[in-house]
Amino acid sequence: MKIKQIAVFLENKKGRLAEVTRVLSEAGVNIRALSLADTADFGILRLIVNDTEKALAALKIKEFVAQVNEVIAVEIEDKPGGLSKILDVFEKENINIEYMYAFVEKHVDNAIVIFRTDEHQKMIDVLGKHKIGIVSNDVLKNL
Amino acid sequence: MWNSKHESMGREELTHLQQERLIALVEKLYSRVPFYKKRMDEKGVTPKDIKTITDIAKLPFTTKQDMREVYPYGLLATDINEIVEIHTSSGTTGKPVVGAYTRNDIELWSEVMARTLAMGETTKEDTVHNGYGYGLFTGGLGVHYGARKIGANLIPISGGNTKRQLMVMQDFKSTVLTCTPSYSLLMAEVAKEEGIDFDKLSLRVGLFGAEPWGEGMRREIEDKLKLKALDIYGLTEIIGPGVASECMQQNGLHIFEDVFYPEIIDPETGEVLPHGEKGELVITTLTREGTPVLRYRTRDITYLMPEQCACGRTIIRMHRLLGRTDDMLIIRGVNVFPSQIEEVLMKIEGTEPHYQIVVQRHGQLDSIEVQVEMTEKLFSDEIKDLSSTEKNIEAEIYSTLNVHSKVKLVEPKSIPRSEGKAKRVIDKRNIQGGRS
Repeated sequence: MKIKQIAVFLENKKGRLAEVTRVLSEAGVNIRALSLADTADFGILRLIVNDTEKALAALKIKEFVAQVNEVIAVEIEDKPGGLSKILDVFEKENINIEYMYAFVEKHVDNAIVIFRTDEHQKMIDVLGKHKIGIVSNDVLKNL
Repeated sequence: MWNSKHESMGREELTHLQQERLIALVEKLYSRVPFYKKRMDEKGVTPKDIKTITDIAKLPFTTKQDMREVYPYGLLATDINEIVEIHTSSGTTGKPVVGAYTRNDIELWSEVMARTLAMGETTKEDTVHNGYGYGLFTGGLGVHYGARKIGANLIPISGGNTKRQLMVMQDFKSTVLTCTPSYSLLMAEVAKEEGIDFDKLSLRVGLFGAEPWGEGMRREIEDKLKLKALDIYGLTEIIGPGVASECMQQNGLHIFEDVFYPEIIDPETGEVLPHGEKGELVITTLTREGTPVLRYRTRDITYLMPEQCACGRTIIRMHRLLGRTDDMLIIRGVNVFPSQIEEVLMKIEGTEPHYQIVVQRHGQLDSIEVQVEMTEKLFSDEIKDLSSTEKNIEAEIYSTLNVHSKVKLVEPKSIPRSEGKAKRVIDKRNIQGGRS
């Protein structure tokens, strides 16, 4: 099952990240996980929030370029080797990861990691085959 | 056609008219304007040497610098009491250039602007929404006089306050829009924010000028404002708007050559070039009374198109401006016009014509950074996609202009919008001897 992520374009200049968080805070949106990728010129902020539609609308009003993408949230045992085990599976099954980042909260005792790949269905099938838990939108919302 | 006699005259008759007018002009300038007498004397030419229209090549040029040096009244060719109106250029880079109009000059201006508006098939049934600035700037009043001559309903709204512009456009059912092309795109942006749909407005045609704009921007304007966009050309030194205009064919601008005589010269040597060759446009006002101008060097690059136009007008056309002799950037020995960069951007899916060029010098090497605004269509959540967009644009610029550039994606609306002329180039090089 795929979950929704918001990606926001940011120019590399002072105060832009703070502006995004301010806009989301004013809209009453809670940030669940985030990652910032950057080059010398620009950055892409990726966010998982409790209300994607509301967050997107608030950002667009403030003229941010933002879009919703689908990513996969995977449960990982919170102990040494937990992530490594899953990455081994992806490597063996030839799944290319574009990027990944971790969730702040845990689900029961497991950590949650977000994966972005160009082959989402294949990743879901592989995770199923190896009996690795995928986290749904509903679970994320209630964390 | 507003004036079929003068817009579709036979070539021989037209040449004869131009010749007569040139001879009378030169006699007048030689006897009445010390500036021109001195220049002609320096060149060793007298009014007797001007017998045919081609003799114009013997006459001296007039430059913007010349016009500034004689500020304010040095080019006056008539008694000052005959002057009824003054316009000037913005003068942002020095003393402004002055245009002084007699009653007949205002009539001439009204006539050529009526012809211009009629290029867009404007009649007395139209409502002309005039978003050009009123005041010393010639845009506002030029359109004003032309619309009045036609008898159209004229809305003198001037520039600025875009929300009100849109309200007026809706309520008064404007059919003809006149403003700068960049301002029309700002209107489109504000309309989108306000939820106004151009499909539901009555605009039919737009006459856009006062700044350079390319075919890409034309498509953008036509697409967003749902009208036919025509390019109009004019300059304060000559009369204001009303020197040349596109007709509905959108294939070159008809020059009103019965009153504004065009030449194309080599900007380096000053030699007159044959039709079809690219060079600097030079214009002589054949009938102006207040401040007539002899062989004014416009610094605009274009070429003349003598073939007859499908619209039926016989007056010569010039190609849309290809650049400026002074805006031309020389980057590592390559001539670059901002309009070429715009053309490249418009070829790339998802880009909008909001860009800025920053020129810098590192040591002895010049570099250009092209800032392009991010759009929904260009955006991706992956760095590699955005980096490849930058690389693609850089490659396109290189293949078109043969110049390496650094493309930088910036946030939307971060490039300043303008209600007048858009500023495309920021030149951070400190080069001495740069013109104006």
